[in-house]
Amino acid sequence: MLILTCPCCGIAADETELENGGEAHLKRATVGSSDEAFEAYLFDRANPKGVHFERWRHAYGCGKWFLAARDTVTLEVYATYSGQTPEPPADVVKAIKAKRPDWEGTA
Amino acid sequence: MRRYSAFAIAREGLRYHQGWERAWASPEPKKRYDAIVVGAGGHGLATAFYLGKNHGITNVAVIEKGWLGGGNTGRNTTIIRSNYLQDPSAAIYEKSRSLYETMSQDVNMNVMFSPRGVIMLAQTHHEVRGYQRTAHANALQGVETTFIGPQKVKELVPIINLEGPRYPVLGGLWQPRGGTARHDAVAWGYARACSAMGMDIIQNCAVTGIETEGGQVKAVNTTKGRIETGKLALVVAGHSSDLAQMAGFRLPIESVALQALVSEPIKPCMDVVVMANTVHGYMSQSDKGEMVIGGGTDHYNNYTQRGSFHHIEETVRALVETFPMISRLKMLRQWGGIVDMTGDRSPLISKTPVGGIFVNCGWGTGGFKAIPGSGWAMAELVAKGEPGPLAADFGIERFREGRFIDESVAAGVAH
Repeated sequence: MLILTCPCCGIAADETELENGGEAHLKRATVGSSDEAFEAYLFDRANPKGVHFERWRHAYGCGKWFLAARDTVTLEVYATYSGQTPEPPADVVKAIKAKRPDWEGTA
Repeated sequence: MRRYSAFAIAREGLRYHQGWERAWASPEPKKRYDAIVVGAGGHGLATAFYLGKNHGITNVAVIEKGWLGGGNTGRNTTIIRSNYLQDPSAAIYEKSRSLYETMSQDVNMNVMFSPRGVIMLAQTHHEVRGYQRTAHANALQGVETTFIGPQKVKELVPIINLEGPRYPVLGGLWQPRGGTARHDAVAWGYARACSAMGMDIIQNCAVTGIETEGGQVKAVNTTKGRIETGKLALVVAGHSSDLAQMAGFRLPIESVALQALVSEPIKPCMDVVVMANTVHGYMSQSDKGEMVIGGGTDHYNNYTQRGSFHHIEETVRALVETFPMISRLKMLRQWGGIVDMTGDRSPLISKTPVGGIFVNCGWGTGGFKAIPGSGWAMAELVAKGEPGPLAADFGIERFREGRFIDESVAAGVAH
């Protein structure tokens, strides 16, 4: 059972309490963007083997959105952090690199 | 290669089965191939098979990270059907279903195709309307399906409980020519036929990089060395995004775990396949007598080939309500596979931003049924460089252009 700690209410929530909202930190395409930019924003996904930044909602708890850094191969959760974060915060990146020195970053 | 036949069994029976050959060769890779297929699952091997059979291209390698058919080809619930709503889906799945009918002869291996019939239960009024619509669409597409009432469901499946408290059975979409096949034999049959055509099947050989030059594929680097090619077919299901990243592009794919489980073997009790999409469970009985059960996917990206436990509970709970007699069955095995989901739940059979690289992926939770049709369409794309009529609508550009083949809601696809 995947357990994520909601940074909004502090509860360690089972995956049955949570909803996955897909890849985090996507750059939103908007008025004036090209078709390619819209396609990339709406559909193209990194879907990495390894470190994945993703959006979650504490659906059957406080109801708030938050972000998580999780490993898709080991299911290890590196960190959960505020949903109002445009880039992975430095302390989260540091926590990941401490456990995964070979990780090449978010690009 | 010696053909398999009743005569061959009799001959070998008289000499203690000493004369059977290896089913396929395991050569070291050559320096260069006309085409390389990455992924020796059903879809990859079918692609190679039809490259040889339909297009005369036999200087082909199929390279596989693990063992042949060890991914989703060996992990599915072996259901074959073609009762889809949208025209492009019905065309390719019906082509595929029809190819299954003659596959044993085509590849000279008994794939145990059993057209025992598939029922998709309608357990809400919405589903009744949806399946009636699909039955009408199928009639126009030339796919034989009918909407049947609950009494006919009970005749076909005596062990079913029509009067479930939560979701009573209100009818079903019945495809009499759907069924099951032996999934390992499908992979083995294609592998043997490909090997007989002179193709190289190279197992335990992972792709570590893809070389391109001027936007054109040049070679793949593997754990068994560098192999040059002008045409590269990526047919790796849940691992497609990983290979695409090596080639420098992204795909509209997310990988999630899908689970299945199988019970202890019991005497024959159900000779059709039953799918219950509202309650998320499907079940058939294998030739060994095991009840083969499929469930739902996890909703987060996952490469672990095992799923979350609560999904098993949900699936089994739903099936016990629908089939009360299985409540005391013991489950023998449970496993997961990594399925590749697209936004519209339809596959990609497509060119890519890199010249000479083609992808066949996105079959999501229902790829086994599509193996021969997918290979047929993919081989045409790889051989000619342009998609044929079966693959034309499944290009990657459909997402940019808004031409979705939306099977995610309307067509009653289990996912």
